[in-house]
Amino acid sequence: MTDAAHWTFVCHRDDIVPNTGVAAKVGGAQVAVFRVVAPDGSEDGPDNGIFAIDNFDVRAQANVLSRGLIGELSTETGPVLVVASPVYKNHLCLRSGRCLEDEAWSVKAWAVACGDDGMIMVRAS
Amino acid sequence: MKLVVIGNGMVGHKLLEELAGTPNLAITVLCEEPRPAYDRVHLSEFFSGKTADDLSLVAPGFFEQPNLRLRLDAKAVDIDRVTRQVVLADGERVPYDRVVLATGSYPFVPAVTGRDRDGCLVYRTIEDLEAMREWGAKSRIGVVVGGGLLGLECAKALKDMGLDTHVVEFAPRLMTVQVDDMGGRLLRRKIEALGVRVHTGKNTLEIADGGGVGVGGRHAMKFADGSQLLTDMIVFSAGIRPRDELARTSGLIRGERGGILIDNLCKTSDPDIWAIGECALWQGKIFGLVAPGYDMARMVAAQIKGTAVAEFKGADMSTKLKLLGVDVASIGDAQGATPGSLNYLFSDDVAGVYKKLVVSADAKTLLGAVLVGDADDYGSLLQMALNGIPLPAQPESLILPSVEGGAKGLGVDLLPATASICSCNNVSKGDLCAAIEGGATSLGQLKKCTKAATSCGGCLPLVKQVLDAELKKSGVLVLNHLCEHFAHSRQELFHLVKVGGQKTFDETILAHGKGRGCDICKPAVASVLASCWNEHVLKPKHASVQDTNDYFLANIQKDGTYSVVPRIPGGEITPDKLIVIGQVAKDYGLYTKITGGQRIDLFGARVEQLPAIWGALVAAGFESGHAYGKSLRTVKSCVGSTWCRYGVQDSVTMAIRIEERYRGLRSPHKIKMAVSGCTRECAEAQSKDVGVIATERGWNLYVAGNGGMKPRHAELLAADVDDATLIKLIDRFLMFYIRTGDRLQRTATWIENLEGGLGYVKKVVIDDSLGICAELEADMARQVETYECEWKKAITTPETLKRFKHFVNSDEADGNIQFIDERGQIRPKSALEKQQAVTP
Repeated sequence: MTDAAHWTFVCHRDDIVPNTGVAAKVGGAQVAVFRVVAPDGSEDGPDNGIFAIDNFDVRAQANVLSRGLIGELSTETGPVLVVASPVYKNHLCLRSGRCLEDEAWSVKAWAVACGDDGMIMVRAS
Repeated sequence: MKLVVIGNGMVGHKLLEELAGTPNLAITVLCEEPRPAYDRVHLSEFFSGKTADDLSLVAPGFFEQPNLRLRLDAKAVDIDRVTRQVVLADGERVPYDRVVLATGSYPFVPAVTGRDRDGCLVYRTIEDLEAMREWGAKSRIGVVVGGGLLGLECAKALKDMGLDTHVVEFAPRLMTVQVDDMGGRLLRRKIEALGVRVHTGKNTLEIADGGGVGVGGRHAMKFADGSQLLTDMIVFSAGIRPRDELARTSGLIRGERGGILIDNLCKTSDPDIWAIGECALWQGKIFGLVAPGYDMARMVAAQIKGTAVAEFKGADMSTKLKLLGVDVASIGDAQGATPGSLNYLFSDDVAGVYKKLVVSADAKTLLGAVLVGDADDYGSLLQMALNGIPLPAQPESLILPSVEGGAKGLGVDLLPATASICSCNNVSKGDLCAAIEGGATSLGQLKKCTKAATSCGGCLPLVKQVLDAELKKSGVLVLNHLCEHFAHSRQELFHLVKVGGQKTFDETILAHGKGRGCDICKPAVASVLASCWNEHVLKPKHASVQDTNDYFLANIQKDGTYSVVPRIPGGEITPDKLIVIGQVAKDYGLYTKITGGQRIDLFGARVEQLPAIWGALVAAGFESGHAYGKSLRTVKSCVGSTWCRYGVQDSVTMAIRIEERYRGLRSPHKIKMAVSGCTRECAEAQSKDVGVIATERGWNLYVAGNGGMKPRHAELLAADVDDATLIKLIDRFLMFYIRTGDRLQRTATWIENLEGGLGYVKKVVIDDSLGICAELEADMARQVETYECEWKKAITTPETLKRFKHFVNSDEADGNIQFIDERGQIRPKSALEKQQAVTP
């Protein structure tokens, strides 16, 4: 199988309201896909764009992470883009899936790409 | 230098701690007990679960320091001052250059016939405690002889062991040294209420055989008044006597009634020998508290190290204790011994509080105080007495219970830097301030680096006050900042947005904040925007800053499903509407429960079901109950004068009117209200943010009550007002709260943090002291006019409906949501139940 076969189309960028997330079915898994836009409306640059992590919140044991609020928190290693779980408010890094409060609540990050046409693809693994 | 320290009690150990690391100093510690220093102040905790190890004062590795040698079970019997050797009981001789006597004291046992019978014990060492425990196990009744501070501590120990506990005191009252007659009487009542029997004015003549078989009367205590008391064990705790035997054998000067005589440098009659702590007699006084002992230890350590030499100047004997759970404190001249001194008394037999101030003849300075039942003010009163801070114009305000809005007590700002805050560890306010400036900005850090409040803990509230005041002064306090993105409080942001006209989160953060925001500031700004402009929360431009509850207009539950709460104004509902709710629940398989706010909550709805559920509810005339929002929840009501025999006003009509007026109003936190139709208060209005109670002449309006975690009774804002005035006042009150409340601050905390409290709110909303009442009313009128049901709007807006899907790329439901039946309804499956379901 070629690598390309692993990529699953989930939706168009415009299907996601700026600075919110959606849940997508990728193979048998649930993935939370987020669209991050700067306050000035910019979608370019390394800190903006599309991010994907597990939709399953291991702390709450529920598929809810796509419904969390997106934010940016200062940490010892600099600012981190996060989503706050809507259930217990644990913060998960959008790039790595790492939980800021407790490693045990960390989740998986998924490879994601947005084409020039706005099509969002997640790589199944 | 060879130093021999005799005794390793609390004071002896403090000396060692002070001397740790001193060069050219070899220390031998002779300890008569089988274990090194432990905390005698908290001895009684041995009976509430602490072990000897827990009570130890020795830091790990302390005695492994070079040049420090600890010898346990080593009893010194003489000091040979000619050959300069300390002689041990086994004949061994330890040479010295200097000696410190820290031999402490022993419990005084009155000369009573039979005092050496089995089961007659004392309370001083861990071995004593072990003996008490052994006897406690085979006893039903226990007596403590001595109703002083130690005696009551000891009574707690007996009580903790489950014995019928008696306290026998020779004097006519308890704690003769620390409290006065009235205080002693209250203390006695409180202690007796705990099940401890107190016998005062009892002179024990003899302890005889009680003739009891087994437990229930091994001993009979016979008193001078002819009465007797049967008991199984007796603990003497009637005071202490200095351990001065070594002074006797070695020829050091002792006091007439015992104690090793010392001068202001703690030197005995031999300049190479010091004495510190309870064995030492200074100016005819023995100090039975740990703080003066620590002072002496520090002074002697300084002399040995050759650093600054200070003189002992006596000690303040003020104390604060918790005896058998009762707060007792005594400050300075508690008995009013100063000629011409005057008293202020406050006594509340209902609450069990007694307070007395002793002030100078001109009523300008505080000389002493007694506090029983509530010793919270100990710290500030002590500072006032110690530092001679002038009394306020009305000294009684210092001990009267705080009345609404009134500020009370002494601000720590008034204290000089030299004020000693922690007398156990000699920490002044200046020391605390220096540490705070040095970066100790939490209570834990401050305690760690200054040692303040780490011994008896009595000064902890004061240490916290100093910390808070200093942080406030230095501007370190960032608590009112919304979060790292907004250096403003919610109140400030409200004004900035109102003036600046920002309509979205992005505009607001660009104008008044920095960065991208977070899950703290986004909903807070959303709430401010809603309060200012009442824009529909569902508008796409607000979507990304709403909590999931506001985003889906429902309350998220632990499994990711949502609950649905239709508004049922005043709790009044028609049978037809009840049927609709029942039918909807049935159609969608929802769990139903009656809430505390007189509505019906439907649980277990998946996001994709919400629009259809609400479609059915809206069609039947229901509207959103805003259970998901930081907004008005319910207005609870009793049935009122229409049906109730006792009702004086129509509470249901008023409740509906109020609920419909304020529905959808966004605020710093949720708002609950209630209307009662008469003074019986069946709607429990006094536990609500806004509570209305009918009177013969109109309505009484209560505000800022709360149930929940920290209940608070609402306070009366206005009495006997008519309908129109009632609404007008609620309008103003709510708007004032919305403008000035902090993020997630309920009205109860808001009013408690508002300077001036209810009094100030009254001035603003009744007397219009700020001249903003018209504005507040206009703001509310605009809110009322622009109200629309969020669900009605949502189900008719295709763009909004798009979000009610679990997957963006599939119409499937979330397979992880699974239910199981319980009592005829659904409930979420536990993780275990889900696992069992997949296992074949």
